[in-house]
Amino acid sequence: MKTFALAAVVVAIVPWLLPQYIAFELAYAGAYAIAILGLVILTGRNGQISLGHGAFMAVGGYTVAIAATRGGWPPEAALLLAAVLCAFLGGIVGVVALRLSGAYLALATFALAVSVAPLLKRFKEVTGGSQGITLATAHAPGALAGVLASERWLYYETWLVAGVLFAASWFALQGRLGRALRALRDNEIAAVSFGINPVIYKTLAFAWSAAYAGIAGALIANATAYVSPDSYALQLSITLLIGAVLGGLGSMWGAIAGGVIVEFLPLWAQTINPAASSLIYGISLIVVMIAMPGGIAGGIQRVARTLSRPRGGSQPERT
Amino acid sequence: MIYRSMDVINFAQGEMAVFTTFVAWQLMAQGMPLWAAFPVTIVISFVAAVALERTVIRPIERAPQLTIVIVTLGLLITFNGLSGWIWGYELKAFPSPFPTSPIRLGSVSFSSQDLGVIGVSLSALLLIYLFFARTKLGLAMRAAALYPSEARALGIPHGWMLALGWGLASVMGTLSGLMVAPIVFLDPNMMQSIVVYAFAAAVLGGIDSPLGAVVGGLTLGVALNLLGTYVDFIGTDLRLPVAFAIIVAVLVIRPSGLFGRPRLTRV
Amino acid sequence: MPEFHRPSLKALVPIAALYILAGSFASANADAVPGITPTGILLGGTHPYSGPASAYGVIGKGIAAYFAYVNDRGGVNGRKITYKDQDDAYNPAQTVQIVKGLAEQDQVFAFFNTLGTPSNLAIRQYLNDQKIPQLFVATGATTWGADGVKYPYTLGFNPDYQAEATIFGKNIVAHQPDAKIAILYQNDDFGQDYVTGLQKGLGSKASQIVKMASYEVSDPDVRSQMATLQGSGADTLVIAATPKFAVGAMVALGQLSWKPTTYLTNVSASQTAMQAATKAGGAAATDGIISDAYTLDPTNATQANTAGMKLYRDILAKYGQGLDPNNGFILYGMAAAYTMVDTLQKAGKDLTRDKLMDAALHLNEKNPFLWPGVELQTSPSDHFTIREEQLIHYNNGVWEPAGSVIDARK
Repeated sequence: MKTFALAAVVVAIVPWLLPQYIAFELAYAGAYAIAILGLVILTGRNGQISLGHGAFMAVGGYTVAIAATRGGWPPEAALLLAAVLCAFLGGIVGVVALRLSGAYLALATFALAVSVAPLLKRFKEVTGGSQGITLATAHAPGALAGVLASERWLYYETWLVAGVLFAASWFALQGRLGRALRALRDNEIAAVSFGINPVIYKTLAFAWSAAYAGIAGALIANATAYVSPDSYALQLSITLLIGAVLGGLGSMWGAIAGGVIVEFLPLWAQTINPAASSLIYGISLIVVMIAMPGGIAGGIQRVARTLSRPRGGSQPERT
Repeated sequence: MIYRSMDVINFAQGEMAVFTTFVAWQLMAQGMPLWAAFPVTIVISFVAAVALERTVIRPIERAPQLTIVIVTLGLLITFNGLSGWIWGYELKAFPSPFPTSPIRLGSVSFSSQDLGVIGVSLSALLLIYLFFARTKLGLAMRAAALYPSEARALGIPHGWMLALGWGLASVMGTLSGLMVAPIVFLDPNMMQSIVVYAFAAAVLGGIDSPLGAVVGGLTLGVALNLLGTYVDFIGTDLRLPVAFAIIVAVLVIRPSGLFGRPRLTRV
Repeated sequence: MPEFHRPSLKALVPIAALYILAGSFASANADAVPGITPTGILLGGTHPYSGPASAYGVIGKGIAAYFAYVNDRGGVNGRKITYKDQDDAYNPAQTVQIVKGLAEQDQVFAFFNTLGTPSNLAIRQYLNDQKIPQLFVATGATTWGADGVKYPYTLGFNPDYQAEATIFGKNIVAHQPDAKIAILYQNDDFGQDYVTGLQKGLGSKASQIVKMASYEVSDPDVRSQMATLQGSGADTLVIAATPKFAVGAMVALGQLSWKPTTYLTNVSASQTAMQAATKAGGAAATDGIISDAYTLDPTNATQANTAGMKLYRDILAKYGQGLDPNNGFILYGMAAAYTMVDTLQKAGKDLTRDKLMDAALHLNEKNPFLWPGVELQTSPSDHFTIREEQLIHYNNGVWEPAGSVIDARK
């Protein structure tokens, strides 16, 4: 709890210490963190791999874009709609996925990711086709608009949503739900024999993570003020998975690390050498993964454990 | 092959193939004739892959599956970036070992290139099959993959068997790169569309069945073309989603692919 | 429990105050024009140096070479140009972030030759809201010219794709009034602009389009599309495809033994592409193909002695080490850079963003890197920059002019 409070304070202060455009980039990091949290739950906690969550981000993004431009919805209401829609679609995917695992599940979700762009282009009356949809630039509502520039507003909006979702996940995973998901991951047959219904929990995990990805997509669409099929290529789904594993699948804090990394690592690689930026990005990934197979969160846990090892005395170790 | 031994898909397969194809291009650009450059490249590809496995993959052999996945993704990005950095992104023409004139059978004409590619692929698959089924080394590799502890007890060096697996897989990848480059033209992103279909075909056929890979590939290729041409609603733009939807449907019915063996776990 | 020193929150307050103070000093000098110092001009740009569209990244290098040349000769009105060009991997979300960074952190004066239709669409509203010039964007989408009134700070450069397709359409009506037309197009804004332009150019004869086939950038090849088009019985073909797929289409022509009158978009008409197609598909694949040009072609021997071509090669020799002079994209980059320098020059010594836009909207330029006869003109009521093309046809391995320069405005 203390860490959470400290984190909340840091998050609140940061945009005033840094230039506005970094607050803007941190808003993106926060949105990615939300999507990655979904994957941490689905893949880390429940053991189902997904290479297709970019598709749910697309649904979220386009929902906001269409609702805002055609229906005049305020972005926040559209956010809710995106979450509900993605939860529903995620549930359907989850049902289909029940029979699949490993590489086969990977492919089925991969199919989602590669199908997004063609489908978006095909139904261009609704989606604007390859030209995409332009949204109004996001700004703080009403009275706040004078005080808070749009970048900082986006930052707060994103991290507020992230905070709520993280807290909700934390509570939800504490009890039976969390244990059931983990049990199904570790040994499905044993879990079933204990009376845990895989259909309900596995589908729920998919719906839940899809909803988070949808919310993330909605937030990003709002920040970019533009959606097009090019924003949702296969690359996005792979990036989410990278973020989840790199951050550390075992912990929710890993999702935050993951979000920050996938947002800033490519930008950092560019400052080193614009021509070789993807080379640097790839090598960084490999090095980090070899050094910390449990992801950043796993690495920090190891370090914390080493630091807290008793020196000399016989204090019991904290688990 | 890699999947069978490590339970992991090497996502970098396509990009490694492209990189080695570029190496072949470079050799030929410096004057080496085609019939020399191809074998040289294949040898380079084998050696490099073995070295890669021993240096990059060995430290994480026992790490969780997903860690290995991310490392192979990292390799994918690295090789792609490396190819682009060294050779740039402009398309390059790539010479083909086959003549360009078409072969006619009645009213249907086949491109010699296509026939050549099919011929080479089938021969390569046959050689691989013979290697695994009939040679001692092939047997050792299979043992190391399926029964690692027993194989170790027999003195088979597990790590080197894995490395060999990587080497062979890389050779297959290079071969496909060399065959495909004349058709789709060489650039760092050449394999990406192909790998998508290859992945789909492999899973459709059953990821641990070589026969499945071939059947899967043929089925997918034919289905895609027929669907696109004859079903108007689908047209050319929805081929990919529809094809994938069909694959997913097949997988739901047969979760291990057409020819794959379902995984048995001891309870 | 191990003791660790949690930093007191109170300690953060003076740090925060220092940052805010420092920040306010940085923006205290509000009178200065962003990106302009007595000796320098800072321009920003994005090109795809990685990802699916990375073949276009080399344009940025052509621009850099030209700016280096201009800087060595004293710059523009005494100021040297710095062009901060970054990789957006053709991802609009990335473009938005980079552009905001360049605008707010680096304080660039203007954006120049940002590449890609979706990327430019994503940043257009922001730049116009901030009144930052978005000049000579590297895309042929029609919207830059057509929506000039709504977005006064945005200006295109390339002749738009619709104009090119309209020219093709008009040519078909003039020379093959009974043509049965098929079109292969890329399934995005580029390809679809072509379809629209072709239909416009054909006018009442648009109904003579018998078959349209699209492909995705993620497709490995276009052979099945070509087979479909041949099956429609068309005798005229329009290829609206990027180089890799256009070459595949031409090769397919040879393989299918199909000989329609073929129009090819100038995006894919470089000698590199034509030669690749000829090599793989034989002369039948490329002979007689019609295209159009607006920039000089480094691989065209008949243009080798023009002043523009000599200048191009001289600049590359000195400032473009490692670049392949035969790559038409590099020449395109120089052509655009020439226009940028021309505009900066006309804006005068006392540079402001509004003065830059004013100069940009009153251009009447003879650009040495453009095909002789092709002019570059803008006016406040006409935001289209280049709308003229020269029809060319491919004969025995060389592009030859076919008729005079056509203006799509007419």
